[in-house]
Amino acid sequence: MAIVSARGGRPWTFYVLAAIFVGYVAFLYGPMLCIYVLSFQGPQGGLTFPMRGAGLHWFNQLLSQGDTGDLIGAISRSLPLAVLVMAITVIVSFAAGMAFRARFPGSNWLFYLVVASLVAPGYVLGIGIGLMFQLLGWNTDWYTSALGAQLSWTLPFGLLIMFAVFGRYDRAYEEAARDLGAFPVQTLRLVVVPMLLPGVIAVALFGFTLSYDEFARTLQTVGSSNTVPIEIWSMTQNVTTPSIYALGTLTTALSFVVIGVSLGTIALIQRRRVGMKSL
Amino acid sequence: MDTAAEITPSPARTVTGHAGAIELAGVAKRFPNGALAVNGINLRIAGGSYCCLLGPSGCGKTTTLRMIAGHEEPTAGEILIDGSNVVGLSPRARGTAMMFQSYALFPHLSVRDNVAFSLRVRGTPRAERYREADQVIEQVQLTEFAARLPGQLSGGQQQRVALARALITRPRVLLLDEPLSALDEFLRLQMRAELREMQRRLGITFVHVTHTQLEAVAVADQVVVMAHGEVRQSSSARGIYAEPRSAYVAQFMGGQNVLRGTVESVAAGIATLRGPGGEGYAVRLGADKALAGQTVEFAVRRDRLSLASSSTVNSITGRVRAIEYQGTFVKMTLTRSGAPDFVAYVDEGAYFRAPVAVGTMASFGWELDEAHLLVSE
Repeated sequence: MAIVSARGGRPWTFYVLAAIFVGYVAFLYGPMLCIYVLSFQGPQGGLTFPMRGAGLHWFNQLLSQGDTGDLIGAISRSLPLAVLVMAITVIVSFAAGMAFRARFPGSNWLFYLVVASLVAPGYVLGIGIGLMFQLLGWNTDWYTSALGAQLSWTLPFGLLIMFAVFGRYDRAYEEAARDLGAFPVQTLRLVVVPMLLPGVIAVALFGFTLSYDEFARTLQTVGSSNTVPIEIWSMTQNVTTPSIYALGTLTTALSFVVIGVSLGTIALIQRRRVGMKSL
Repeated sequence: MDTAAEITPSPARTVTGHAGAIELAGVAKRFPNGALAVNGINLRIAGGSYCCLLGPSGCGKTTTLRMIAGHEEPTAGEILIDGSNVVGLSPRARGTAMMFQSYALFPHLSVRDNVAFSLRVRGTPRAERYREADQVIEQVQLTEFAARLPGQLSGGQQQRVALARALITRPRVLLLDEPLSALDEFLRLQMRAELREMQRRLGITFVHVTHTQLEAVAVADQVVVMAHGEVRQSSSARGIYAEPRSAYVAQFMGGQNVLRGTVESVAAGIATLRGPGGEGYAVRLGADKALAGQTVEFAVRRDRLSLASSSTVNSITGRVRAIEYQGTFVKMTLTRSGAPDFVAYVDEGAYFRAPVAVGTMASFGWELDEAHLLVSE
């Protein structure tokens, strides 16, 4: 049975699928667009349409730390935390990915343990870590308990990505380097890391975003000073002005900046590789 | 033939090109999973010669090569290069260089940086290593591609880069793991000639692993046929092809029919045999001994047969099953009841003067000296 109509135009299935797609996109981005637009409400505006004037009033409100909470402070914790998580995730999952290429005693069980921490409900895990810190008489803080809680989430992710990266990597490159007289550190620096750099960047991106966005594991482990998602969540509990929309717009913009920078970096690396031919 | 017994302690290449003699003594390799890849090999490779390790996949030839290279350590035995045991030494300290099957060119480095890699890890300044690399690149005729990445080169060019990268280390021994398998047929023939030429020019030892019989006999001074982790025969290319030691080697090399018969009598160094179908054969024994009643195997070259009109001594009769035109000769396959197929390479001109149809009966005979006794294993 021909799907293409006799007139040679698009088949009817095209229009059905297109309608589903448009509906899905509208459902996905419609509410977000509303929030972005409403965040530019005038000073007299409320949480709903219509717009009463327009301006950056609610952004000012948000950042002036008045009744809305300490967003700048939250960002000043979330960013270094995300960078820290990213760095540890990259280093540990890269090393683990290299180690897991060979079977070593207990490698299967270690892998199951890693995956188990991915499967365990994050909220429960966070409570557990919080309780343990309390039991030991330690203070929970973003750079101790929250860091550990987030790593329990990002490390398995990073490792799984590194498995995929190393799955396509041939050990012969390392042997060739060794054959040519390179020491292990030189092999790592001159061959393995440069060859796997795109995968490493992917792991870094994941580590950063998973940390920056983490809520469930962080809620009970962050201590007295919030990270951004927790701060936003607590704002939604008590802020009833369009400031909350301004926050949504701001965080989205930041996400786009991060994505843009990462894609730009990957594109730059690829261009540099291809560009060598024209030298 | 120079052997490892002639001890050359200096790792430096000699002008006469006899460094790089290799001796394997009782070398065995058992992998951690229990598989015995190499089962006690004894082998001598003369310095400055071209040696091919030949065998089907899984015969241990690549493992043997990797043990010489220092990428696997033997579980038993010694590997001597120019008389000194190199087991446990790094590839660099051994004075070996390896060309990998997939070439393993670093994809993120230009041709020049690939070739200069061994100098770079030794700390040679950039200008100096590039100058040296460019010289070697010129030797393999890749000067115009020096700034390219390996991914932008053809298979043959990539192979030359791999060769240059290995040779810049000035090895005594170059180890090549199926160097031609990634190339198409035309390039394969061209590159194998280039490898042979390069070996002659450098005067160092080449050890080349392949599973292609014709490739081995075309390039090698010494061909080593391996099976199941053991050396079945080590000889000159012609020796392997024309005088296979055993039925295994004869069948693996091709070009031979393996026949068997029971010894009826021995006279004047010639054994009279009776085949399973009642055929009469005569085989010269040479240094070998055979007793009446013993079953022996012998080989007859496919290209040393002539159409016989009737069944005489040293002839085979069978029904023609297939005829393949091969350009310079015609391959005829005869089936015989209760015996393996018999293959004859008939001169192209002779065949077409008197063609034979598929399904008819044909007889082939051979001279006494074309039959060659095999050792049973």
